[in-house]
Amino acid sequence: MKCFRFVRAFLVAAMMLGAPALSLAQQQPPKAPEGFVPVDQVPGQEELPAKPLVAAAYGVAWLAVLIYVFSIWKRLNAVEREMADIARRIEAGGRR
Amino acid sequence: MSIPNAKLQTPRSGSRKPETASRRPEVGSLSLFPLLLLIAMGMFAYAPFMILNAPYEATMGLVQKIFYFHVGAAIAMFVAAFTCGIASAIFLFGRRPGADRVAFAAAEITVMLGLIVLISGPLWARKAWGVWWQWDARLTSTLVMWLVFQSYLLLRRFGGPGSEKLSAAVGLFGSALVPFVYWSVNLWRTVHPTTNVVPTLAPSMRGPFLWCVLAFLFLFVLLMTLRVELEKRRTRLDDLYLALED
Repeated sequence: MKCFRFVRAFLVAAMMLGAPALSLAQQQPPKAPEGFVPVDQVPGQEELPAKPLVAAAYGVAWLAVLIYVFSIWKRLNAVEREMADIARRIEAGGRR
Repeated sequence: MSIPNAKLQTPRSGSRKPETASRRPEVGSLSLFPLLLLIAMGMFAYAPFMILNAPYEATMGLVQKIFYFHVGAAIAMFVAAFTCGIASAIFLFGRRPGADRVAFAAAEITVMLGLIVLISGPLWARKAWGVWWQWDARLTSTLVMWLVFQSYLLLRRFGGPGSEKLSAAVGLFGSALVPFVYWSVNLWRTVHPTTNVVPTLAPSMRGPFLWCVLAFLFLFVLLMTLRVELEKRRTRLDDLYLALED
């Protein structure tokens, strides 16, 4: 009987001492694995911003049109200059 | 350019006779130009306000607003490609030099509008799909069509005398690709949205969309007017070189 009481007291003491240690062990954060850590969701601040893409798309459209109109205007001017030059030379040749 | 180089600079002069039509007195061929310019500029200036006021798309958010210019430019590109094809056919079978001028101008505008489509598309795709480019039916067929019209321009630039007929055939085939490009999203499995998107647009999105399409169509007419005029003047220049040789 005395032996049984001793065992019971030992078990109670072991539980009282062991429980906090066990809960402490459970609370410890898991060790981070080395290398890349996979996540399901992209962090909010890491998402690709849409504003620069939209601005670039509209900028490219405007730029392409402006460059093209400028190129036509330049070619028209070049042709006009050439025409005036030839007309002058034809006229000069006719006078001779 | 100096006169001794005149023959080198006018490759077309050896293959054709001077046009009598080009010697007619000019009746203000650019008379509509200021009006068209005013309309197109007004529409393009107001378009950003309409697009900003349009609602966001539920899943794509802000980046979906590229749609208004992307599809507008694509529709104008299809119209330009068709114009080039029809004008090329008229030139090939009807032997009208005026049709060749229209085809050349339309091919150049197709390439310019195609560039807008092919740049704005990947900018949208990067956010919506996570990649810049996908080798699916719509994207690949659009790129092929753009390359066909690029080859038209290269042929005109470096093809030498007689390249008009060959390039007209290229223009005809290029315009035949338009229906394939348009229906490619319905015929094959693709990540690109189908042709159902436009007919099912919400009324609040339809207004800005139609505005942008109209703006691009006006721009197309404006650029065609200007570009055809350039070709007319080049023809007149060729005639002057021929007169100089005589």
